[in-house]
Amino acid sequence: MIEFPPGLILIVGAFALAATRGLGFRVLALLLPALTLAAVWLTTDQVVQIGWLGQALTLVQKNAPTMVFATIFAVMTLVGALFALNMERRVELPAAFVYAGSAINVTFAGDLLTMFIFWELMAVGSTVVIWSAGTAEAEASGRRYVNVHLVGGAVMMAGLALHFANTGSLALTNLSNLDDTASVLILLGVLINAAAPPFGSWLPDAYPAASASGTVFLSAFTTKTAVYVLMVLFAGTKILIWIGCGMAIYGIVYAILENDMRRILAYSIVNQVGFMVCGIGIGTQMALNGAAAHAFAHIIYKALLLMSAGSVLYMTGKRKCTELGGLYRTMPLTMICGTIGALAISSFPATSGFTTKSMITDAAAHEHLQTAWLMLEAASAGVFLHAGIKFPWFVFFQRDSGLRPPDPPLNMKAAMVLFAAACLGIGLYPAPLYAILPFPHAGHDGPDGPLYHAYTAEHLIYQFQLLLFAGFAFFALLKVLKRTETITLDTDWTYRTMFPRIWIVVLGPFFGWLAPAHHFVISTLPTLIRKFFTDDPFGVPPHLIRRRLGVGPTVALITLFLAALLVINLL
Amino acid sequence: MDALIPHLPVLLVLTPLFGGLLAALMPRRGPAPWMWSLLVTAFEVVLALWMVKQVQRSPQETITYLIGWWPAEYGIAYVIDALNAYVILVVALLAFVSTLYAKSSVEDEIPKDRHNFFYSIWLLAICGMVGICATADTFNIYVLLEISSLTVYTLIAMGKYRDRRALTASLKYLVLGSIGATFILLGIGYLLMLTGTLNMPDMHEQLMLMKAKGTLEGNRTVLVGFAFITVGLGLKMAMWPLHLWLPNAYTFAPSAVSALVASTATKVGVYMAFRFIFTLFGTVYDSSATLALMAFCGTLGIIVSSIRAAQANNVKKILAYSSVGQLGYIVVGFSMANESGVAASVIHILNHAVTKGAMFMACGAVVLRMGNADLKSFYGLGRRMPATMAAFTVGGLGLIGMPLTSGFISKFYLVSGALHDGQWWLALVVLAGSLISIVYVWRVIEVIYFKKTDKRAPVAEAPFTMLIAMWILVSASVVLGVDAELTGRLAEFAARALIGGAS
Repeated sequence: MIEFPPGLILIVGAFALAATRGLGFRVLALLLPALTLAAVWLTTDQVVQIGWLGQALTLVQKNAPTMVFATIFAVMTLVGALFALNMERRVELPAAFVYAGSAINVTFAGDLLTMFIFWELMAVGSTVVIWSAGTAEAEASGRRYVNVHLVGGAVMMAGLALHFANTGSLALTNLSNLDDTASVLILLGVLINAAAPPFGSWLPDAYPAASASGTVFLSAFTTKTAVYVLMVLFAGTKILIWIGCGMAIYGIVYAILENDMRRILAYSIVNQVGFMVCGIGIGTQMALNGAAAHAFAHIIYKALLLMSAGSVLYMTGKRKCTELGGLYRTMPLTMICGTIGALAISSFPATSGFTTKSMITDAAAHEHLQTAWLMLEAASAGVFLHAGIKFPWFVFFQRDSGLRPPDPPLNMKAAMVLFAAACLGIGLYPAPLYAILPFPHAGHDGPDGPLYHAYTAEHLIYQFQLLLFAGFAFFALLKVLKRTETITLDTDWTYRTMFPRIWIVVLGPFFGWLAPAHHFVISTLPTLIRKFFTDDPFGVPPHLIRRRLGVGPTVALITLFLAALLVINLL
Repeated sequence: MDALIPHLPVLLVLTPLFGGLLAALMPRRGPAPWMWSLLVTAFEVVLALWMVKQVQRSPQETITYLIGWWPAEYGIAYVIDALNAYVILVVALLAFVSTLYAKSSVEDEIPKDRHNFFYSIWLLAICGMVGICATADTFNIYVLLEISSLTVYTLIAMGKYRDRRALTASLKYLVLGSIGATFILLGIGYLLMLTGTLNMPDMHEQLMLMKAKGTLEGNRTVLVGFAFITVGLGLKMAMWPLHLWLPNAYTFAPSAVSALVASTATKVGVYMAFRFIFTLFGTVYDSSATLALMAFCGTLGIIVSSIRAAQANNVKKILAYSSVGQLGYIVVGFSMANESGVAASVIHILNHAVTKGAMFMACGAVVLRMGNADLKSFYGLGRRMPATMAAFTVGGLGLIGMPLTSGFISKFYLVSGALHDGQWWLALVVLAGSLISIVYVWRVIEVIYFKKTDKRAPVAEAPFTMLIAMWILVSASVVLGVDAELTGRLAEFAARALIGGAS
């Protein structure tokens, strides 16, 4: 009965939202995501197509992982809007709606071109979300962010064009063989959005630069849409196992080194997405179920963590661990919600992480991928270390920073409580989530049995051991982990600092005689181009100002043109 | 009402003609002339829509209207088919929206006691442009061309109340435009000498007869006639390098005039080129050398004019140069003389009219509020005139050719036409032109949204009528970009009809 992609409600509604103020803004901000959620669930299996430039575009089609991703995207938008409600950010929220609506439409896309169109619209929406923080830092990061995504989009477009030229079809098919350039290019484009290293440094660069509410939105959609696309197009691509493990480890290392609380959480997004990518690489039904379930749970607890960090930022204006601490006294609710999020991300039993993430590691064990399994388990321990203990410890406990902020306003508290309850709910009663997974009948014990048993004695004991040792390690190493004012270097350092340094220190002496040419390229040429393109009559000597052709020369030109026309016709 | 249907072709021309004459009799002050013009142009849109409906009822046939029931050979015949019904609709729609927009601009830029004359000339210009599209009589084309040209010179000269340079710009346009019209008249004269008729289908028939008899081979008169007409049309549609009258004329004209003229006048020139090159000379005469020269001029026009746009410091001038560049796309499209290329041209007539009209309107709103259209005046306007600047931005994306805007559809047809012919270098030029257009659009967008201004004075948003007008065009641009079938089928049909005459 729904004849349009559900995300369209958010995209179109965003413009109405941008035009309203006050009470209307608040009502619309909550109504639009709620309607979208309803539309997602009312969408039938019917396929909706339109013709565009001679191609049939499939706007609505339910693929296996569609429901789980579309549902959580819509829920996330609703709760995110609730969290952002009191700030009345009149550019950010509509942009976030366009962003979220496009993400939902990607999950309903039935062909590569439709998917790509909304994929690019997401990049536009998210860039505006970053810019709308309004700081100079946000402007610069946003510019780097949009550049990375434009390049990623171009790579993906090139892959799609090549794929279409090779096969003549835009249908969604499994490209896991990676047997031609087209599928490699598409994979590369998706991996850039999934923030896989070495293309992932845009994420910790840009996300913490957004506003308190902006980061919450950003954390949910871009990487998880990439996970969705990987699941549809690249399930079972073996190389993804190792890319995923690499992401998981990379995220841990950088998160441990980081001081800014929101950057810690940004790195842990990379780490968590690594688990999902790895699961997609394994490619069995259980692994794919695990990746989808993990994405669902991850969006909730990551948003919860970022909301609690955002509340701290909103109430104190401080973001570095070294400046915070002891906030549990006056922000008890924020502390409790943040801690629940931290436990969930650490897969503590009775939380959503426990019932979802372990599906992926179990799938790795099931397929006898020892190395991958070991790396994922190590990363799990690391998650507890950095996100599970480090974030709440340094922000809410530790030494007293002397700050006495109260809990945030009601709507922010409500948003946090909702998601904290969801974390516990999925942990205690995961059956409804399991029911919408891509392969709901891929049970352990035959097609009609329960999908996955999280609460086995073995699993519980194992998980407690892991958490206990990681916790022990944290407090034993507390001196080392004590945060200082540091800046961590990421791969973007290579192009922002290393290449210029190499030029100056290593190659400079050898190529000293090239200095004039170098100077011409990096200084004179840009100046000339600048002069060429900004024709400022006040800065240019009068004899250099171009004079417009007068009537006489113009008539001569016309005559010449007529002559040329006659000559070429006579030849 | 049905009794009117056979008379639709002539009513389309008579409505703005008498509307214009009556507007001169209106009170000099007050809103009456504007309201009258709005009414007339709205009626014109209704007539144009009706006409399109009639044409679509039997798309294979043409509707011929003989004025005074004189036979076509002796009198004046109006012939309507899918192509010119479509162009007339474009002109009528843009005329209506521009009239809606004109209210605030004219109140600001034209002396209070001359509004009736302004709108009188305005409607006569529209009459001329619609007439050129409707008529099939070559001499009548010339007459209507002069009506539209003389009125447009006047309208541009009215910019003198804001900037005296409008007078020299208008004079230059007058001199060059008259040369163009004279060339066209000379060409028509040669053809009359040869065929003894002024009616276009009849002329085509006579030429075919001559070709069958073998007397056309090596006939220099046809060649010279064709060359004169081509150069004249090149001037009228501002084909590079015959565009030199355009940048200043568009820059210094009153805002409403810029919006109307930029979106319609050159398009009517393109329509005339279609008629002469394909309908009249198609199959009669090997025009491939001329089309090659036009393709060459078109490509140079795309590149050079876009670079000039990127150099300009006045936003109206940026838009004017960009118009020459966009005309280059249209010229390149039809000079391929294949279905996709001509379809791209036909589509771009509407798409560019809509996009550029909206951008000139946004620019005019800035002129109204800030006093000029210098790039400096746009500093930080994104926060102070959000609705106007959003319209400008969406229009700019259309110029670049971003997917989901109408510009993308035109370029898609153009590139696929070029690749279909194996002319990959044309496709490269189109893409290079898009890249340069990113430069000149981004220069303005950067100033609008990312540059802070030190001026604290609050700036009001554009008046309501202006906003409505520009957002009608902006939404049209998006709708035409999303629903490509809307224009695509019509354009392909028109292209097939035109090429059919050539092969």
